Amino acid sequence: MANQTIIPVGPYHPLQEEPELFKLFCDGEIVKDIKWETGYNHRGIEKLSESKTFDQVFFLVERVCGICSTSHPFAFANAMEEICELEIPNRAKYIRSIIGELERIHSHLLWVGLAGHFLGYNTVFMWAWKYREPILDLFEMITGNRNSYAMFRIGGVRRDIPMDMIPEVRQKMDEFRPKLDLLTGAVTDDPVIHARIKGVGVLTRQDCIDFAAVGPTSRASGLNHDVRRDDPYAAYDMVDWKVITSPQGDVYAKAEVRLLEMYESISIILQCLEGMKKEPEGDTGIPLKNVPEGMGTGRAEAPRGEVFHCVFTDGGYTPVRHKIRAPSYVNIATFKKSCVGQTISDATISLAAVDPCYCCTERMSMAYDYHNGKKTLSGEELIRLSQQKTEEIRKTL
Amino acid sequence: MTDTQTMIKSARKKYSADILEVETKSDKRVTVTIKPSSLVTMAGYFFSELKFRFIIATALHTKQGMEIYYHFSNDPAGLILNLHVVLRGEKPEIESLTGLFEAANWIEREMHEILGINFLNHPNLEKLISEGNWAEGVYPYRKEFNK
Repeated sequence: MANQTIIPVGPYHPLQEEPELFKLFCDGEIVKDIKWETGYNHRGIEKLSESKTFDQVFFLVERVCGICSTSHPFAFANAMEEICELEIPNRAKYIRSIIGELERIHSHLLWVGLAGHFLGYNTVFMWAWKYREPILDLFEMITGNRNSYAMFRIGGVRRDIPMDMIPEVRQKMDEFRPKLDLLTGAVTDDPVIHARIKGVGVLTRQDCIDFAAVGPTSRASGLNHDVRRDDPYAAYDMVDWKVITSPQGDVYAKAEVRLLEMYESISIILQCLEGMKKEPEGDTGIPLKNVPEGMGTGRAEAPRGEVFHCVFTDGGYTPVRHKIRAPSYVNIATFKKSCVGQTISDATISLAAVDPCYCCTERMSMAYDYHNGKKTLSGEELIRLSQQKTEEIRKTL
Repeated sequence: MTDTQTMIKSARKKYSADILEVETKSDKRVTVTIKPSSLVTMAGYFFSELKFRFIIATALHTKQGMEIYYHFSNDPAGLILNLHVVLRGEKPEIESLTGLFEAANWIEREMHEILGINFLNHPNLEKLISEGNWAEGVYPYRKEFNK
């Protein structure tokens, strides 16, 4: 097509969760089509898993994703416990849910910060990442690690949360709530943010069904599903909470769903802490005797959506086949619907709205002229384009 | 009778010629083995008629041949329904589900790439993850079995 330019978004960074390259085919300012390429850093984790013992697989799948490093062990544990027909102690259930929800909070905060940066709200970025630090400190206190917590095993968790730690976790949650109010207010009350993200990157309910989208991406298009409620695991059926949905399907709706989900996470954590008090200290798991032959399907609601693991065993010490489906695998494909027809400056936030791996999104590199291969826009310039648009709106209001 | 049991009963009645076996582990985990030729009909029934959500598909190489489990989720009931097909023979092939839903596109490309299963009428069966860095005709997830 005449005068069409390709803008590559990506491709990869060795530390990121899902290396990928998006090619935006643009006619002037408008994105006409989008093509996705991956495989730059394919690690063959499913194949590697076949050579690891069941205990070792936890450490492997924890490294599928750096940001939501507990959701894969969570789903794998659920799959294995289905095969072994294990019912874990209540204290272990509570601890699992606490770790899962703390992870949701830090992952959503990370997204809010980056979304703010893309829109030219660097104060939001600074706030969100600053408020994320105490959550990571909590992880360090509970698990010994800021990331890759190594908390899960078949039949329970590796570490207990001692009773004397509970008041500190509670205090951190109490301190975090007013900060979340501040962030939510910054997004929901600001007319410039409304102008930038309302009606942008719209994904319809039918698109979500067709692409099998999950998590906040589909909940922001009105689909009411959440594995924590629908197929309860850990302590999610032992506490009161609600699934957050929003019907609009635009970037604003996705931001709203994530912000409100953090309130639910705080509530779940506080209830779990309360529930833990009734359970005997140290009752964190049951021993695993053997793994029979069979097939197990486990899922967990990660910050980005449903993580699905399917494990086949033959009575030995390693999985025979281990299928892993991360939520971004289905969510990323929806870009074909949310980005096409938008301007390039809006594509930045539309791509980020699905919450793919940030490193990918951040590494928006450059734009080439389709015909002469001449570099026209650098990655920083692309982000600046987005920020300029916000600035222009701000002036007119 | 639970919703899942009612659903399985009516599916068995309606598609008695297509369903080979039903394994009900619990109300939330059901595996339905079907004839490979009935895949589009059965997947269409669960996806379009019963409004199940497609999760993903798992393919594996066993002594029987290539096996594919198409995982569907009935979210209101918390059910995972595995639609199971076994493809025997040297050149495994099966109809693509991309005509039913877009979500089948990438996973079918991936299964084609790692196990050499051919998906008929797929719009674009090019490599998904190993383009340019893996030999043609070598499938990393295939296994060798003692005869």
